[in-house]
Amino acid sequence: MMPRFWPMFRKEFIQMRRDRLTLGIMIGIPVLQLLLFGFAIQTDVKNIPTVVVDESRTPASRDIVAAFQNTGNFRIVAYVNSRAELNRAIEASEAQAGIIVPEDYPRNLARGLTATVQVVVDASDPLSSQSALAAAAGVAQSRNLAILSAAARRPALPVETRVRPRYNPGLRSAVFIVPGLVGVILTITLILVTAMAIVRERERGTLEQLIVTPIQKTELMLGKIAPYVGVGLVQMSLVLIIGRFVFDVPLTGNVLLLYCLSLIFIVASLSLGLFVSTLVKTQQQAMQVSFFFVLPNILLSGFMFPRAAMPEVFQWIGAALPLTHFLKVLRGILLRGVGMEALWPETLILLGFAVGLIGLAVRRFHKTLD
Amino acid sequence: MTQPAVETRQLTRRFGELVAVKALDLAVPQGEVFGLLGPNGSGKTTTIRMLCGLLEPTSGTATVAGFDVAREPDRIKERIGYMSQKFGLYDDLTVAENLDFYAGIYGVGNGARHGRVNEVIGFLGLGGRLEQLVGTLSGGWKQRLALGSALLHKPAVLFLDEPTAGVDPAARRGFWRTIKTLAEAGTTVLVTTHYMDEAERCDRLGLMSRGHLIAVGTPAEVAAHVGGATLEDAFIILQERDER
Repeated sequence: MMPRFWPMFRKEFIQMRRDRLTLGIMIGIPVLQLLLFGFAIQTDVKNIPTVVVDESRTPASRDIVAAFQNTGNFRIVAYVNSRAELNRAIEASEAQAGIIVPEDYPRNLARGLTATVQVVVDASDPLSSQSALAAAAGVAQSRNLAILSAAARRPALPVETRVRPRYNPGLRSAVFIVPGLVGVILTITLILVTAMAIVRERERGTLEQLIVTPIQKTELMLGKIAPYVGVGLVQMSLVLIIGRFVFDVPLTGNVLLLYCLSLIFIVASLSLGLFVSTLVKTQQQAMQVSFFFVLPNILLSGFMFPRAAMPEVFQWIGAALPLTHFLKVLRGILLRGVGMEALWPETLILLGFAVGLIGLAVRRFHKTLD
Repeated sequence: MTQPAVETRQLTRRFGELVAVKALDLAVPQGEVFGLLGPNGSGKTTTIRMLCGLLEPTSGTATVAGFDVAREPDRIKERIGYMSQKFGLYDDLTVAENLDFYAGIYGVGNGARHGRVNEVIGFLGLGGRLEQLVGTLSGGWKQRLALGSALLHKPAVLFLDEPTAGVDPAARRGFWRTIKTLAEAGTTVLVTTHYMDEAERCDRLGLMSRGHLIAVGTPAEVAAHVGGATLEDAFIILQERDER
């Protein structure tokens, strides 16, 4: 079976090993991206710079401002004297939120009327404004409960929801991001590297010499991608190890199962790259087409944004990306510790992608020059 | 009567509007060194590429080593050696790695592989260069290596597309001695060239112009046919005709 696969594999392996720059990039990218995503990207926004106008200057007003500060979401950078100054501070981007305690706040509170505190946020950044708004609502709610239960002389709360965030009790972004990053890094680097594979030989003139031999298309294709399966596994291990020891991302489930399923995904990504390689004429085009794949993979796969929130059309596009299904595998095994019993649909889909894409690439490739 | 090693009937290839090769009829008997001579763009490379299965003929038929180019390209590929105009081996592999790679691809049996590779190394004198990266070889050495890679599977027919472009005169002479040795052992050689001294060394020549064959015969016959005293005169007359 496929006697010419091994010479092809050996040749590709030697060439890959000699191309130190590409190899360095393939190992460097995962480390760099992991550090960037792991450290820089925080979806739970803390310490929003905030200015305060305290028009009443009473213990009650100082008390409510302290309550805002205690949430951790607001970091008070200045106390100003007027609403105009507050607006200026937000316009000048010195602050992203403002808290206004009106003069009548303590009086209304004492009389049992609704005492109002105004919170202004710069909503041009929806992520931080949302967490500011949620925190602000929370402050009012806990105040209300305290006052009402005191008035009713009934200290115990009538109803309480106890929330238990499973699998990521600290609600840390890194726990969510790092497993997904394994898939994103594999997708981007592996598609790019194999998209170049055939056009590079075409451009250098070595393809012509290769296709006058009796080598079969399948032998050529599989021999080309096989060495990069190893690269993919190394990349994945790097991210998992750094994720575990630097970002404290758990490895809950069966790691062996994870590697087996990753192997299928790696082959699917490499085959997609190979398919791209049969569509384009130059290495430059190959690069452009590969980058065309990057954005949908990051945006629509569920890597950062939940797919359930997307319009149906985009959910369908997302479902056409191998990464979408692999992310379920990654998070399922790493965070929730599930096994094959939960992941067989994804496994079948990934297998379908791998086989289908190799088939497509082999069909598209012709052993002729035109 | 044995079948010709290469035979074409009304072989034609178009690229859009352009007819690169027009109704070519050619027969090259086994063991002959046959030269295709003609100006750039006369269809020599396209002809060779069709015979090697790299381009599909638009119409007409051709057989190589007894197999049809359109129907059994893979049978042909096992039996031919090919040197393209542009050097086609891997610059980032060593001489030995390139030879091993092609020995593997041509399925030169595992046990025999080492022996056959060594035979070729000895035949072409590549022994001192085995560990050198191909990218750092001079034109003459690259050409020897390319020929060596094409000989590993003992092909019945050898296609050489301007094999001596960019090679110095001494190396060219050595190269042709090798070609003659191969032909004497029964290999059929189809070679394209620009050099008159090389054309003179062929058993027979085919003169091509604008996609068709305008003269076929021994070098002397071809020169006479076109109406020049020497082959070079014939070539220049042809080129002038072509430019008009």
